Amino acid sequence: MTPISQVTGRAIPFGLKNVDTDIIIPAAFLKTITRSGLGKGAFQAIRAEPGNIFDNPTYAGSPTLIAGDNFGCGSSREHAAWALLDLGITCVIAPSFSDIFSGNAFKNGILTVVLPQEAIDRLMEVARTDEITVDLETQTVTTPFQDRFSFEIDPFRKHCLINGLDEVGLTLARDAAIGGYEAKAKGSLPFLAVVEH
Amino acid sequence: MTKHPRTLYEKIWDAHVVETRDDGTSLIYIDRHLVHEVTSPQAFEALRVSGRKVRRPDLTLAVPDHNLPTTARLDGAGHRLPITDPESAQQLAALERNAPEFGVRLIGATDAEQGIVHVVGPEQGFSLPGATIVCGDSHTACHGGLGALAFGIGTSEVEHVLATQTLLLKRSKTMEVRVDGTLAPGVTAKDVVLHICGTLGASGGTGYVIEYTGSVIRDLSIEGRLTVSNMAIEHGARAGLIAPDEKTIAYVKGRPYAPKGEAWDKAVDWWHSLTSDAGAIYDKTIVINAADIAPTVTWGTSPEDTISISGSVPAPEDFADASKQEAARKSLDYMGLTPGQRMVDIEIQNVFIGSCTNSRIEDLRAAAAILKGRRKAEGVKWAIVVPGSGLVKAQAEEEGLDKIFTDAGLEWREPGCSACLGMNPDKVPAGERCASTSNRNFMGRQGPGARTHLVSPAMAAAAAVTGHLTDVRDLSEA
Repeated sequence: MTPISQVTGRAIPFGLKNVDTDIIIPAAFLKTITRSGLGKGAFQAIRAEPGNIFDNPTYAGSPTLIAGDNFGCGSSREHAAWALLDLGITCVIAPSFSDIFSGNAFKNGILTVVLPQEAIDRLMEVARTDEITVDLETQTVTTPFQDRFSFEIDPFRKHCLINGLDEVGLTLARDAAIGGYEAKAKGSLPFLAVVEH
Repeated sequence: MTKHPRTLYEKIWDAHVVETRDDGTSLIYIDRHLVHEVTSPQAFEALRVSGRKVRRPDLTLAVPDHNLPTTARLDGAGHRLPITDPESAQQLAALERNAPEFGVRLIGATDAEQGIVHVVGPEQGFSLPGATIVCGDSHTACHGGLGALAFGIGTSEVEHVLATQTLLLKRSKTMEVRVDGTLAPGVTAKDVVLHICGTLGASGGTGYVIEYTGSVIRDLSIEGRLTVSNMAIEHGARAGLIAPDEKTIAYVKGRPYAPKGEAWDKAVDWWHSLTSDAGAIYDKTIVINAADIAPTVTWGTSPEDTISISGSVPAPEDFADASKQEAARKSLDYMGLTPGQRMVDIEIQNVFIGSCTNSRIEDLRAAAAILKGRRKAEGVKWAIVVPGSGLVKAQAEEEGLDKIFTDAGLEWREPGCSACLGMNPDKVPAGERCASTSNRNFMGRQGPGARTHLVSPAMAAAAAVTGHLTDVRDLSEA
């Protein structure tokens, strides 16, 4: 996983509420067995509209996306996170995220920043003309106009993102604890510990 | 340690904690893992690349469902028919290669038990009350209808579960959604959950695990409970829960993967303890009166856009907040609807009866009860019934339901996810409407440009008969 500590650049002022993962990447693009190349299908329905924000040259290559409430709701498809990465987006700012999407984003090194709607409204305005800086170390979003918004992030997630750590590797190191649980469960929950067939 | 009253969620959580870290996150043991062809290839590939093994292959069950065509899978001589879409064929082949390579049990595309993972899990007794169950699919919440803590995960988490049989999780907040009273005739589990989506909103449950309680939930069959819990994710909750009771225990008993003998007795004892204690505190409680629930349909492109079948299409100005007004404007434009239009006047060209929400035997019986002795309307061009599993299909055929469907002009298909999502050949054409028993009315969900109205199986059948959205209560027995 690529470490991430600061994201600076233009941000796409998208702003839409309840953006589901079917909008981010439609099911027709899920028939892949790799993680790369999904950018071509990203936001397909929206990009079918002339003058859409994703094909606006002003925002080409923007590393940040600003969205509305409940971003990433719906399907658990991690392809949504892979599609954003393929577009070069490594940070999404929104008033709230679906639980599954924020987990998927985190596991792919995408920073999800939760800010109140007023802050989102201000950033949407700034994004039309200027760059935005998201700093994970200091947990702030700043603009060239002295705006400064602080955000909360789970300390473990912050640590993993900054250091590019692989969660599977970290958990495999807890093998003894997992084995201990399994031994105990065999006695206390034998009907769950094995599958009878 | 003093014993404080606990909710059902807390009891299942506590029983599965491997260890808790200083920051409050816990390593949670996963009892059952379902995998399908779409969200697993990259997970198996990652294991292969890093030389990692599956820790407990016996706790994982693989079933293809998402992009499998629902047309005949065998030719007249019993040979397997090829899948024409090369990418679908490749994903299916990957699952058929990965399962044996990693020692995972596979119910294959042509096996009698094949079906939608969320139908197969409970049906096989693989999903059990009190178990932690995950799958790379957000409708895993479905299994909460049995009293399992079940939720959807992404592909990286699929890899994590395969390698470690655990997930690193933060405890969710708890919400009780209590549905009191008695449902009126013609109102079903699907209407209940659509009504809940409308009440809570698409993000109302975000961060929560919801326990559905109250007399309406208790009175539902297990299949109805699976329908309700299935759509927990559509109001933002990662998991839904319904406390197991005698009905649940009777449902699980004797199923192929269910515990037997001494293990069964022990399981029943434990399941009897799986209710929220008197005095247990939920972070939030919502109370819904059954009398307020009518047969419910959606008008927009979010499952929160629900309305009684007797209602009319709302106007964007009817909503208080600006972002919802904007979303409603976009939805109405996409759906081709005008504010004030009566829901019952909306014409339907397609009908889909199926999906992990509504493809179990009771759903098919409900649809057949309406269709018996009737014909689909002329304006309905495409109407399909897709059973949730091979076993549901066999049961329906034994009861003659397939005959009722085909006599009414509907197609009778092979089990799979079908037209719930546009990734197999079953799609709704652009600009056309579908009365669908599935769970999502998102833009493009049933195919690019497709317009979805979510309904119950009986309501879908009623729409097939009249050619427009219809209050099922207006159709008397044929």
